[in-house]
Amino acid sequence: MSTTLLFEQLLNGLQYGVTLFLMAAGLTLVFGVMGLINLAHGSLYMIGAFACAAVAAATGSFWLGLVASIVAAGFAGVLIEMLVIRRLYDRDHLDQVLATFALILILSEGCRMVFGSFPLYLDTPDFLSGPVTLFGGFQYSAYRLAIILVGGLVALGLYLLITKTRLGIRIRAGEADREMIAALGVNIATLYTIVFAIGAALAGFAGAMMGAIQSVQVGMGEPVLILAFVVIVIGGIGSIKGALIGSILVGVVDTLGRVTLPGFFNLFMDTAAANSVGAALSSMSIYVLMAIILIFKPEGLVSNNA
Amino acid sequence: MTDQPILQIQNLNKSFGALTATDDVTLDLKKGEIHALIGPNGAGKSTLIKQICGQLSSDSGKVIFNGRDLAGMDMAERAKAGLGRTFQVSSLVMEFSALRNVMLAVQSKLGTSYRFFKNVRGDKSLTEPAMAALKRVNLEERADVMTAELSHGERRQLEIAMALALDPKAFLLDEPMAGMGPEGSKKLIGFLDDLRHEAPILLIEHDMDAVFSLADRISVLVYGRVIATGSVDDIRNNPAVREAYLGSAA
Amino acid sequence: MPNLSRETYLNIFISLGLLVFPFIATAMDEPFYITLATRVAILSLAAVGLNLALGTGGLVSFGHAAFFGIGGYAMGILASHAQTYTPIFTWPFVIEGTNQMLIIWLVAIVMSGIAALFIGLLSLRTSGVYFIMITLAFAQMIYYFMISWPTYGGEDGLSIYVRNQFPGVNTLDPSSFFYICLVLMFAGLGLSAMIKNSRFGAALQAARQNEERLAATGIRPFNIKLTAFVISGMITGLAGALMADLNRFISPSMLSWHMSGEIMVLVILGGVGRLYGPVVGALIYIIFEFIFGGLTDYWQFYLGLILLGVVLFARGGAIGLLAGKARHD
Repeated sequence: MSTTLLFEQLLNGLQYGVTLFLMAAGLTLVFGVMGLINLAHGSLYMIGAFACAAVAAATGSFWLGLVASIVAAGFAGVLIEMLVIRRLYDRDHLDQVLATFALILILSEGCRMVFGSFPLYLDTPDFLSGPVTLFGGFQYSAYRLAIILVGGLVALGLYLLITKTRLGIRIRAGEADREMIAALGVNIATLYTIVFAIGAALAGFAGAMMGAIQSVQVGMGEPVLILAFVVIVIGGIGSIKGALIGSILVGVVDTLGRVTLPGFFNLFMDTAAANSVGAALSSMSIYVLMAIILIFKPEGLVSNNA
Repeated sequence: MTDQPILQIQNLNKSFGALTATDDVTLDLKKGEIHALIGPNGAGKSTLIKQICGQLSSDSGKVIFNGRDLAGMDMAERAKAGLGRTFQVSSLVMEFSALRNVMLAVQSKLGTSYRFFKNVRGDKSLTEPAMAALKRVNLEERADVMTAELSHGERRQLEIAMALALDPKAFLLDEPMAGMGPEGSKKLIGFLDDLRHEAPILLIEHDMDAVFSLADRISVLVYGRVIATGSVDDIRNNPAVREAYLGSAA
Repeated sequence: MPNLSRETYLNIFISLGLLVFPFIATAMDEPFYITLATRVAILSLAAVGLNLALGTGGLVSFGHAAFFGIGGYAMGILASHAQTYTPIFTWPFVIEGTNQMLIIWLVAIVMSGIAALFIGLLSLRTSGVYFIMITLAFAQMIYYFMISWPTYGGEDGLSIYVRNQFPGVNTLDPSSFFYICLVLMFAGLGLSAMIKNSRFGAALQAARQNEERLAATGIRPFNIKLTAFVISGMITGLAGALMADLNRFISPSMLSWHMSGEIMVLVILGGVGRLYGPVVGALIYIIFEFIFGGLTDYWQFYLGLILLGVVLFARGGAIGLLAGKARHD
């Protein structure tokens, strides 16, 4: 396999990882601050993608669509938090799982009622649709590169938000001690709504960006959600840093596994068999990674308990 | 050798970050004795019990029980090896009746927790020993009461009944009198007085009258260190103990 | 008159209703209803499996579709080789396919038990949210594996042309197959009731409520929970083999996380930890699907609303509403 191809796949893995991070960051933040497991996070990803596709189709502008995705998912987040989620903070995880599973059914089917079962397509903006030439004449999709950069910026922004701003201090205080921060006079209900909305907006944004690469359809958020869970298990629940490390790791391992494993099995099998075994095993690679990390670090790579 | 201690704790250490909970603790428990462990709040007494039971791992040091090094054994294995323990804050199966809690200890003692078919209700091989243990702590009339509905003191008695049902080689009792009325405490003192002949007791207790009337030996733990070990009189007259623990008022 | 609770009367009523159901359906000239009732029995059995882990043991597994699907594929793989007269493999020894239900069931139970052992060994090292996410992830792993493995149909699944055989019974007759499934459902219920009341069941309930106490009593919680998880997976795996036989079709969707959610929903709709909770849940689910599925394509939207309502406002499930709070002892 050529170095160029490998490098391209590495970048694809990075791009995938960055998208996963946008999902995982919201999930892990919501868990860390509110102690809530939210299965419906993938639905917010889907809402973002549909909002982007619908607005882009109506206005002809991808950028307006992108803004719409953040607004729509953020707004849906506020609504869901105030109507349903806030009744679940004091419930056990079983109730949280079931209620958010119910939300998936409602949001997915609701989306199907509005947009139908056929996928929508979202075009990348013109100036990002071609390849860019990187060093040494190496060419790479401009759009994917843009996702990597934007994702990196969002990660940095999130880091600054949490470490440097007043809101971030409150969020961290909320993670440490709910009663304490309530005693300090911070309106905890509003804080929770804000945190949930931030997570929702990030998921919607990720959905919109991925919508231009994949098709926009009902249920598109679910595979990403489950990968985001794997990311969180690997990184350690509640840790943004862990989510970042886990996302990149999962993105790269998954992408490289799909490319390299069939070739690896081709060394001692015929091509057809190697392709099928390789494909089957590479689909398992990140779960194997998760299992290995679980054996050695059951609390994840970045444990919050230290 | 009859004087060989059943439980030997050698140079046990545990710290949480910068906080040293137990600091080079060495003590032992001999057959037939009550060895009381006293010290101010936060001296590391409960941490020590947790280390002995395997609930907390030790940073260094050894626990030798009945001639066996307990290193690498978890809580369940140590309990099976014969360490009968009660918790400082009652830890029971709240949706079980008192009797069913003790029955759990009986089935553990019998090693029959992997039986899937026979109904435990009315199973005499479980209920009879469990009832007997409840009777010994005067709880037999409350046998069918849900644990969640037992009073604080009754839960302490139930903890002891569960330890009894395991028929242990040594008892580790973490503040068994806490929350008990004067009448209950008095009965319990009488009970523990006899119990030491069945199996020796490492006793953590804040009730000094109880400690002074029961203990064969006392160890004083301050800031995780054993500052003195000796008979009741030794400890009463030990200036370091008076200074550090009993204070000038004593 | 023995002093039976309302819940017991409800259970007896449901059992008798199911027993005579084929006669009612035949009298109404609606043979399709028998297929629906068969689905109720099979889904109940799947949920009885989950209820052992979830209700009795407090293990919130969001990955039971793995065992359901493995049971389904055990049937599919064995039966597909039997229908093409090709061995499953020839080295190191020859294993032929079969269309005998009894053998298929045994294989389904063993294979899903092995899967549950591995998934349990890893996921039970953790608890709480981790456990939920990890069981979900491992089920998803098997799902993707079956999608990308082309030998047994990959994404398209696998069709079996003739229902498998049971000695002395015409399994092609819907009523006969229904009674096979119903007997297994009752066996599953009986087994789970027996386990709950046994010494193992006592230890399992203690593990749910207070692990520290169980360990201090000398019983290792991990082993108890792992054993329960394996038994639970085996029961759900058997249900998967039956479901595959009912549909004569197996696809990765049996392994999907929606299936895990569905099995969990059955337990909750009926009432967590209740003996007949899974049966009541499956009844409600199938009736709901039948009625609303006929009215609208979006029936799951309304299912979502009802589920949300049950979780937020009626936590005892249907049995809780009909028969009051669970009795402890």
